Amino acid sequence: MNFMQKWTDQYVEELIGNLLQTGVILASAVVLLGGSIYLVRHGLSAPQYHVFMGEPTDLRTLSGIVRDALTLQGRGIIQFGLLLLIATPVARVAFSVAAFAFQRDRLYVVVTLVVLAILLYSLTSGEG
Amino acid sequence: MNIIEFTAVVSVASLLAGFVGSLTGLGGGIIITPLLTLALGVDIRYAIGATLVSVIATSSGAAAAYVREGFSNIRIGMFLEIATTLGAVAGALLATRISTGAISLIFGVVLLYSAYASSRPRRERSEALGPDPLATRLRMNGSFPTPKGASSYNVQHVPGGFSLMFGAGVLSGLLGIGSGAVKVIAMDQVMDIPFKVSTTTSNFMIGVTAAASAGVYFGRGYIDPGLAMPVMLGVVVGSLVGARVLTHAKTGWLRIVFGLVIGIMALEMICHGLTGRL
Repeated sequence: MNFMQKWTDQYVEELIGNLLQTGVILASAVVLLGGSIYLVRHGLSAPQYHVFMGEPTDLRTLSGIVRDALTLQGRGIIQFGLLLLIATPVARVAFSVAAFAFQRDRLYVVVTLVVLAILLYSLTSGEG
Repeated sequence: MNIIEFTAVVSVASLLAGFVGSLTGLGGGIIITPLLTLALGVDIRYAIGATLVSVIATSSGAAAAYVREGFSNIRIGMFLEIATTLGAVAGALLATRISTGAISLIFGVVLLYSAYASSRPRRERSEALGPDPLATRLRMNGSFPTPKGASSYNVQHVPGGFSLMFGAGVLSGLLGIGSGAVKVIAMDQVMDIPFKVSTTTSNFMIGVTAAASAGVYFGRGYIDPGLAMPVMLGVVVGSLVGARVLTHAKTGWLRIVFGLVIGIMALEMICHGLTGRL
């Protein structure tokens, strides 16, 4: 079987399914780990969500979240898991560009690149 | 109530939200937002952040199964995502300039009508219509599994569907809710795509639309880990169950569930429009 014949729609669907599943399982495992640490440490205090205070800076930015997660803080690890969750659909779109390219489907390479560009633009323009 | 009890309540509700969200292609916001704000007294901004997490989790959780089994149509999804993501950017830009109250009210009334229209049984006639030249060029026609074997369909009215999708994107940027409903309605009622393909393709798309606004929500500090944790874990499990149920569910039954859910959503929107809060 040559390279192009291998990349049927069905094969691509199988790969995209695997990618999404891996992303979700990975993100859930990380959130579960962080959640356990968080509940063990803070489980008995009262939740305070009725007044909006906003998250502290270290839980808003990529570098802050990574730093907190590396020092094994429950909330930092959860945020890191959420970043993995958000990265999953982005990775799916990025992978689709390659998959359509392997299928020699130029129209959809362009379509998917446009979506990826808009997605990255709005993701990064939000970091403020 | 301490944090452990709070986490337990939110997990159970999120399980239900993931189930309904994956079954209808709407995401779980319709259950998560009112539960958090009305029943648990959570500030709306934390609730919006948690809802965003629930939409991405529902979408990715169920999409793995839907894509592999051949329900979601990847080309339709990708092509229409241009419209929804562009619309979302436009909506976010408009949000600071216009009052959302009036938009909520109008959208609520439109949804109320759609709830009626889409819950009625509809003959899935797309195969009988013959291929549309534009849809054929865009390679959108496909097939999906049914108990009687693969059933093929021909997509119709691409420009109309595309415009509605742009509207869905604007709404999600403007109101943060309801884009899934417009997506399903556009595919089902305008483009003549079979209902299960419409809901599962919407489910496939909403994760990308939601991910586009994730940067903004993180930056504003709306995403709280203690709240997002039970929401995400509950929703993932619920969406996996929903994906299993959809495969075998009768389309007529799914339409009724969909109609009921967007009917409730319509009332929420009308209330929001009249009182200025959600």
